[in-house]
Amino acid sequence: MQLTVNGNSLDIDAEPDMPLLWALRDIANIRGPKFGCGIAMCGACTVLVNGQPRRSCSLPIGDVDGEVTTVEGLADGDTLHAVQQAWIAEQVPQCGYCQSGQIMSAVALLEEVDNPSDEDIDNAMAGNLCRCGTYTQIRAAIKRAAGSKAGA
Amino acid sequence: MGKILRRTFLIGGAAIVGGVAFGAYYVTRPYDNPLEGRTAEGESTFNPFVKITNDNTITIIVPRAEMGQGVTTSLAALVAEELDVTLDAIQVEHGPASAAYYNSAMLEEGAPFPPYEHGLIAETVRDVMGGVGKVLGLQVTGGSSATKDAWMKMREAGCAARETLKAAAAEREGVSASQASTDNGHVVIGDKRIPYGELAEAAAAMSPPSGMELKSESEWSLIGKSQPRTDVLAKSTGAPIFASDVRQPDMLFATVRMNPRLGGPMNSFDASEAEKIAGVVKVVDITGEADELFGGGFAVIATNSWAAFRGADAVKVDWGRANYPETSDELFQTLEAAFDNADTAHVAREDGDTDLVFADAPRDQIVEAEYRVPHLAHATMEPMNATAHLREVDGRMKLDLWTGTQAPTITQSDSAWAAGIEDASDVEIHTTYMGGGFGRRGEVDVTRHAIRVAKHTDGKPVQVIWSREEDMSHDTYRPASIGRMRGIMGDDGLPRAVEISAASPSIIGSVMARTFPSLNPAGPDNTMFQGLHDQAYAIENYKASAHQADISIPIGFWRSVGHSYNAWYFESFLDELAVSAGKDPVEMRIAMLKEHPQAVAVVEKVAEMSNWGTSSGAGTGKGIAYHWSFGAWVAMVIEVSSNSDVISIDNVWAACDLGTVVDPRIVKAQIQSGAVYGLSAALGQEITFRDGMVEQSNFHDYDAMRINQCPTITVELIKNTEHMGGAGEPGTPPAIPALANAIFAATGKRVRTMPLSKEVEFAA
Ligand code: FES
Ligand code: FES
Repeated sequence: MQLTVNGNSLDIDAEPDMPLLWALRDIANIRGPKFGCGIAMCGACTVLVNGQPRRSCSLPIGDVDGEVTTVEGLADGDTLHAVQQAWIAEQVPQCGYCQSGQIMSAVALLEEVDNPSDEDIDNAMAGNLCRCGTYTQIRAAIKRAAGSKAGA
Repeated sequence: MGKILRRTFLIGGAAIVGGVAFGAYYVTRPYDNPLEGRTAEGESTFNPFVKITNDNTITIIVPRAEMGQGVTTSLAALVAEELDVTLDAIQVEHGPASAAYYNSAMLEEGAPFPPYEHGLIAETVRDVMGGVGKVLGLQVTGGSSATKDAWMKMREAGCAARETLKAAAAEREGVSASQASTDNGHVVIGDKRIPYGELAEAAAAMSPPSGMELKSESEWSLIGKSQPRTDVLAKSTGAPIFASDVRQPDMLFATVRMNPRLGGPMNSFDASEAEKIAGVVKVVDITGEADELFGGGFAVIATNSWAAFRGADAVKVDWGRANYPETSDELFQTLEAAFDNADTAHVAREDGDTDLVFADAPRDQIVEAEYRVPHLAHATMEPMNATAHLREVDGRMKLDLWTGTQAPTITQSDSAWAAGIEDASDVEIHTTYMGGGFGRRGEVDVTRHAIRVAKHTDGKPVQVIWSREEDMSHDTYRPASIGRMRGIMGDDGLPRAVEISAASPSIIGSVMARTFPSLNPAGPDNTMFQGLHDQAYAIENYKASAHQADISIPIGFWRSVGHSYNAWYFESFLDELAVSAGKDPVEMRIAMLKEHPQAVAVVEKVAEMSNWGTSSGAGTGKGIAYHWSFGAWVAMVIEVSSNSDVISIDNVWAACDLGTVVDPRIVKAQIQSGAVYGLSAALGQEITFRDGMVEQSNFHDYDAMRINQCPTITVELIKNTEHMGGAGEPGTPPAIPALANAIFAATGKRVRTMPLSKEVEFAA
C-alpha cells in the first residue's frame, strides 16, 4: 500500500483493512498518534487526511484517500505550528497522552474557523477525551492560537 | 531482594508486618549511589540525584512516576534551586529502580493518625513507618507524597553538589572555599566564572564539606514560582516518550486475554483460527502459578498490535468461574450483610457516646441516610502495556523491562521472581512517562504478563499491549461501598451527634494478596475509614466505623482511595443535617471547624470566591464540601443550573491549603484535574458485574467528562500550614459531594447513589 504521510511517500506492507493507526505506529514507526480506545471514542489517534480530522484507529488504510498529516508533520522546520506554540504557552499537557490528538483536532478546527466560539470549540473537541482534565487549558490554547494567527 | 520482598514483610495502610525491629543504623545508613557505574564517558555523579558532564550537561534524576502531575518539573526544581541552575539548563531522567529512591512520606501518611495530629504517639508511629520505607527501599509514587518526600532530600542533594563544586573550584584556584559563590551554573571566584562542567570530575571525587546550609526562603528563585514544565515540548510534539512508544530491534507485538471472570481459570483454548491470521506468530498460555490471583489466560504474539488484537478475537476459549458473587446486586447484598457482622467491624473514632444520644432522642429529630457507590475503573488514557526483553547473556538470564510504573523497585523484585532470575540486579527497569496513572500503574499484573509472553519469543523483545476492552475489564477497581449515617442537630444549630459507618472490601488486603501473597496484613485497613475518622470537625458525639466485606474482586488504589467515597458520605450528610435544621452549610462548617484555623480559612476563602449566599438566578444552586486528605485542606463550591431538569455544571471554585507549594501552576492544575476526575465519576461511571464479568468495555459505556461538559474551574492556594500536603489527590474527594449538594440546592432532589446520573440527567 502507498501512503503519503507528512509529505513522504511510504510503502506499507499490510492488508488494506489494517487501521491507519497501526500502520503508522507499528509499521511506519510514526508514533505521534496514540492508541486509546480503538473504536473512535477518545480521539487520541486523531490525524488529518486532506486536512480533515480522522480517527486513525477506525480508518482502514485501504480507505485513506489523501495525504495524511500527523503531529510530527505540523512544524515547519524548527518552527512549531501556532497551535503547538499555544499549547506550550498555556502549559496544557499533564500526562500528555491525549495531547497529539487534541492538537490535531485543534489544528483542523482553526483551519475551518478563524476565530472559534466556545461552542465551536465544544463541537470540534468533544471527541477528544482527556483523563487528566486539561480542558480549561486546551480552550485557552485554542483561543491563543486563533489570536496569534489573526495577528500574523 | 526478589524473594525477600515477596515473602517477608510489607506495609499497608495501617499495617506493618514481620521484622520491623531494625536498629537506627539501618534506618540512617545511606544507600549506595545507583548512578555509579552508569555514567557516560566524561560524566560524573555527585549523589543519586545529580550528574554533570565535563561539557556541562547537567542531569537531575527525578525517581518518581511522571503521570501528569509535574514531578519532572517540580522535583527537578528542588535540586536546581540549590544547585543554582535554571530548569532550561538541565535534563531530567527517571533513573534506575533503586533503594536509594525510597519514599518515606507515603508510608508516614499511612500511619493511623491524621497528619495534622502532632501528639507524641502519633509522631512516633509516623517516624517508625517512615523508617520502614527507608529500610524496605520502596520507590513508590502514590498517596500524593512525591513532593513532600523529596522536599528535604532533593534540596540537600543539590546543595551538596553545589558546595563540592565550590570546594573544587577553590582548591583549583588556591583560595578558601568561602571566597567561592555560585551563579547560574558557574562557580564565581573574584571575576572568574567557571562552568560546573569544568569542575565536575574533581568535585565528584570529593566528599561534600561539612556544615552545608540550604538556601533560606528569601533566597529562593525557583521554589514557589511557576516554571515551564520540562516535559511540555515533548508532549506538544508527539514525542515517543510513553511505554507503548518503545521500539527495540526485532521487537514483536503481543496482546493478552485473561479470564473475564477475574481470577478464574482458563479451562481450554483453541487457537487454530487465530494462527491463520496474517501477522500472528503464535498463541501461548500465560496462566501463572496457582497462588497467583490473575487467573488463566493467553497471549497472541504477532508482528504488529493489530494482528495480535484480531488474533485474540479469533481464539475460542472456555473460561472457568470466578469465586465472587456473579452480579452487582449480589455484591451489594454482601456489603449490606457486612454491617451486621461484628467480627469485621472496626471503630476508628468514638468521641462522646452516640448510642446514648440516639437512644434518648425523639425519632423524628434523627436524620438517617444511606449512600451507595459502585466499582470504578481507572481508565488511564494509555492502556496497560509493557515491553519485555528476556534473554541469556553470558550464561545468565537478563531481563529489560520498559513500562510506566509507579513502583519500580517492587516491579523489579517481582519481575525477577516471575522471570526466574535469582539476582534482581539482572532486571533493569526502564521507567517511561505514563499516559495516566491514578493508582493503576502501581500494579504488577502488566509486567508479569509481559514476562510470561517474553518466555516464548526466543530472546526477542516483545511489547505487550492490552486492548481498551481488556484494560477496562481487568482493572484493579475502586471498590463499591455503602455508607450509613445518622445524626441529630443540637439546640445550638450544630450537629450534636453523628454516626457514620461504611462497608467495603479491603483495598490493602486485595493489593497484598496479589502482589505479596505470602504476607498477612496486620491490623485494620485504614483506607476503609480514611475520610471518616480523620476530619477536623468538632462533634460532641462522633463515631466512625468501617465494616470489611469479603469480596475477592481485585480492587486497588484509585485517585484519593477511601476518601473518594467517604468524603461524599460525610459531606453530603452534613448538608442533609444543615438542611434539616435550616442552617447555612458554610456557617455550620466554620463553627464546627473553629479549632482548626487552616480549615476555617479555606472554607471562608471559597465562600468569598463563589459569592456564597448570592444566587445566580432561578434554577441555579451552589453546594459546598470541605475535606482534608493527603495533608491538604480543601474547600470546594460547585454551581449548577437546571434547565428542564437537565443539569449543567457551571462553576467550580476551590480553595486549598497544602502548605509550602513548589510550583503553584502545577498544583492548581492538579487540583483541577482531581476535580474533573471526581466529576467524571458522578456523570455516569459505573463498573457492574453480570455472570461474574465486568459489563463495561470501552469509553462508549464508561465515559468521562468531556470539554463541552467541563465547568469553569478556579483554584486558589493559601498557606497557613507548615506541613507540606499532596496535590494529586485532594481535589477529587470534595468534588462529588459539592456537586450533589449543588444539585439539591438547585432542584430539591437529594441523590444518594453514584453515579449521580442514575437519578438526574446531565447536559451532554
Ligand atoms: S484510539 Fe482512535 S479514537 Fe480512541
Ligand atoms: S493530558 Fe493526560 S489524558 Fe490528557
